[in-house]
Amino acid sequence: MIEKMDQIFVLLLHWLTGFLPAWLQAIAGVVICVAVIVCLYPALFALAVLLERKGLGRMQNRYGPNRVGPYGILQPIADGVKSLTKEDIVPLSADAVVHFLAPVVLVVAVFMGFAVVPMGRNMVLVDMDAGLLFYFAMSATTELSVFMAGWSSRNKYSLLGAMRAVAQMISYEVPLLMSSVAVVMITGSLSLTKIVDAQNSYTGIFPHWYIFTPWGFAGFVMYAIATTAETNRSPFDLPEGESELVAGYHTEYSGFKFALFFLGEYVAMFSISGLGTTLFLGGWSAPFSFLTWVPSWIWFFSKIMLSICVFIWVRGTLPRLRQDQLMNFAWKFVLPLTLLNLFVAALWRFLGEGWERWVFCSAILAVVYVAMGLVEMRRDHFGPRKYRYAE
Amino acid sequence: MTVVFYILAAMTVAGGMAAMLLKNTVHCALAVTVAFAGLAFLFLDLDAQFAGFAQILVYVGAVAILVVFAILLTRGSETPKDGVASKHWLAGLVIAAGVFAVMGWAILQSAAVLPHEMPVPAVTVLDIGNALVTRYVLPLEIVALLLTAAMLGAVIVALHEKEAAQ
Repeated sequence: MIEKMDQIFVLLLHWLTGFLPAWLQAIAGVVICVAVIVCLYPALFALAVLLERKGLGRMQNRYGPNRVGPYGILQPIADGVKSLTKEDIVPLSADAVVHFLAPVVLVVAVFMGFAVVPMGRNMVLVDMDAGLLFYFAMSATTELSVFMAGWSSRNKYSLLGAMRAVAQMISYEVPLLMSSVAVVMITGSLSLTKIVDAQNSYTGIFPHWYIFTPWGFAGFVMYAIATTAETNRSPFDLPEGESELVAGYHTEYSGFKFALFFLGEYVAMFSISGLGTTLFLGGWSAPFSFLTWVPSWIWFFSKIMLSICVFIWVRGTLPRLRQDQLMNFAWKFVLPLTLLNLFVAALWRFLGEGWERWVFCSAILAVVYVAMGLVEMRRDHFGPRKYRYAE
Repeated sequence: MTVVFYILAAMTVAGGMAAMLLKNTVHCALAVTVAFAGLAFLFLDLDAQFAGFAQILVYVGAVAILVVFAILLTRGSETPKDGVASKHWLAGLVIAAGVFAVMGWAILQSAAVLPHEMPVPAVTVLDIGNALVTRYVLPLEIVALLLTAAMLGAVIVALHEKEAAQ
């Protein structure tokens, strides 16, 4: 019974494709899975938008939307209807083809990332040997669409926002990849299903998730910072901050295209938190060994929703980073720490089991973190601020 | 020669031709990105997973953005008034045909030398990694040195501007 609940979607898929002739079954199975993903994640997006507006409102000491339904739960439907029926305004001098293609490329690239994330036991769409590399290749394509959106709008604010967004996404892509490489080093495979399987064992009641190791914890923190920057979320949302740049690269988009950008951003958040839970939080495995009777997909989606709640929480709490602070942070702080994390992960592997590796690895990471923080945060002189202007 | 190969080849060639024929330089850059993506899918069609995904990650994700930035930050974004065909198109055509003939002859010669019905080698990422650190470690280190030199050069070029401003 427990296994049936755990594999209920797989069994449902086999039952549905059982009605078709044998040569059609594989293709039909894939099409059904893709249709489910394309329907499920926008539904979760609606839930996340509502959660964000209510949660952010409460953190800012106000109610969120509360007119549309009881406690405002029908607000996403109202937003959807509004964005579908709004007039689609394209500026006269804008590049029509590229302007149209930019949200399309974004949404396609973002949804492709879900093909390799294991959402439960045996519930991965394509079990690729180089799954992690495929995911990062798709997220590299989203940067191109951001640039296309900003450039095709023929608007100074859009172009500036797009340049900033692309610079930020490229800068934080390196720590993102490096913090995942530590996981790949320890697991020995780029395949996401193997990474989850490596974390699916327990000592006593505690799981072997990578976040509970020193290098895994540091890697997870750096991965979280890099994902917040990759998806242009606060506190890294200078490219789309309302008070900075009108709306950045999606200034000139109205109606459904803006809804597509919005959808693309939130679904990218889901996708990248899905990857983060797979790499560091054990994917679909249960947090304690006595909880393995709960179906695996419930754990996966709970962890994703928890990550989304943390994203919203961070947005409501921290102020926005300036562009040069953002870039300094990426190149001078996070990147050296990810390189050190690789070294610490190798040390962890080769010191063997025992208490030494816990002590040494934690000590190295803590000392270097504190030292770098003290070095970077010191101020030599409190004189008048010097500005660098563009030539 | 399957249908998939023909579709992907058509996409790659169309991207390349569009990159040549379009007037707006940023459109040309986006068309060459389509050609890169077509090449990546051709790699995937040949079961070279690592090469295909690395092609997307590096070419579409980084090189395309680099090309676009280079076009935007220089004056290349002005569309040429006289059209894109140059005056010496006949010489260009002859040279391109000559290069194509030599490359085609070389590839067809080598295909005749290889034995027929050779099994497709299944190369995993593990094999590539092993080869990189055992047999090809010298090229790996040289490429690393080259990348470090490029990064230092970029930093020095950017630094020079700051000194000039002060």
